Amino acid sequence: MKPGPPATALRARLLSCSVCHLLSRPPAGHATGGRPVCPRCGATLHWRKPNSLGRTWALVLAAVLLYLPANLLPVMHTTSWGRVQSDTIMSGVIYFAQTGSWPIALVIFVASIVVPLAKLLILSFLMLTVQRRSRWRPVDRTRLYRVTEVIGRWSMLDVYVVTILVALVNLGNLASIEAGPGAVFFAAVVVITMFAAAGFDPRLIWDVMEDSDGGRHA
Amino acid sequence: MTALRITACHECDLLQRLPSLPPGGTARCPRCGALLHRRRVDSLQRALALTLAGMMLFLVANSFPFLGFRLQAQVQETILVTGIYKLYSQGLAGLATLVLLTTVLFPAAQLAGLLYILVPLKLHRSPPGMAGVYRVVRALQPWSMMEVFMLGILVALVKLAKMATILPGISLFAFMALIFALAGVSAVLDPEGVWERISPRP
Repeated sequence: MKPGPPATALRARLLSCSVCHLLSRPPAGHATGGRPVCPRCGATLHWRKPNSLGRTWALVLAAVLLYLPANLLPVMHTTSWGRVQSDTIMSGVIYFAQTGSWPIALVIFVASIVVPLAKLLILSFLMLTVQRRSRWRPVDRTRLYRVTEVIGRWSMLDVYVVTILVALVNLGNLASIEAGPGAVFFAAVVVITMFAAAGFDPRLIWDVMEDSDGGRHA
Repeated sequence: MTALRITACHECDLLQRLPSLPPGGTARCPRCGALLHRRRVDSLQRALALTLAGMMLFLVANSFPFLGFRLQAQVQETILVTGIYKLYSQGLAGLATLVLLTTVLFPAAQLAGLLYILVPLKLHRSPPGMAGVYRVVRALQPWSMMEVFMLGILVALVKLAKMATILPGISLFAFMALIFALAGVSAVLDPEGVWERISPRP
């Protein structure tokens, strides 16, 4: 071992496996093409997630477009004593709030409306700061990224609520519930934002820090 | 490579020596704070026990009545996958597939994959394709959403409580226990420890 190794795997020309975190040297033929593969787990190795910003921007924009029909179209139609009522996500939240179930109203509001919006805003913010080569608070920005990775799945809540209601309330004209088109758009938003978060590479936040003070932390 | 115990932070790429951790100890990246390694006490043994329990609970949860719904004299019984079938029959095949994958197939694949790895590791053997199987298990982690589904059950029950009588079935209780078993598996299993047992290919 030589003393004072370079600060990052990229500078040391070591590939870090995104799945099992093993460090390995790129194979000799790497420069001439061919995809290096992790010697331990077999995952394809990349210096950084491929086309991270382009891919994540595309998915974020797609999710923004789908977020509108997801919130404007009804997620379910309820038939009760022959009368049909259509509910969007927001009208569901209002129903719970008005009938006194405040905690449930809050849970749905946070999971279905706040979380997807927050994810899209945070990812856009992170990509903008990376593109502007910002050096502003990288620790906090990495922390923000970690949050988007963890919270995304909880937005599936409303899709599951509809699934359960559709199964249970199935007594014809007396009482029945059908899923609406909003649920489809909504599920698409959740899935696309999860892929968007997975496509962003938090190491891009740090690459700019390496440019001038590289080696200091080693 | 593994013998060097040098690692790069997966969130900020900083190279660092991974310290030898005491059981239960954690290592974090000094620069960005990412969790690098958490060494668990008796990790394999406990993970295997919880995976076996999870497997049995999964079978129960998917075979017995899940929830019943009573309005006047009419009773509607459902099993766990009834909602998925209903979405499908209402023409929402894509949505039905997504729910089926995230609440049934992915959790099942995860449990089966874990069993495929943990049983031989416990017996100090390495089954063919172990690395690939564990890679899939790790990749499925965020897409296996049973605990979100559980919260969905709670919301649905509050919504229906004023409208009708809800009859909980055996499957519901098995499902609740299954969530704890799955959460337990990810709490006791230490992925770095599993990877360290999978030696690099020549």
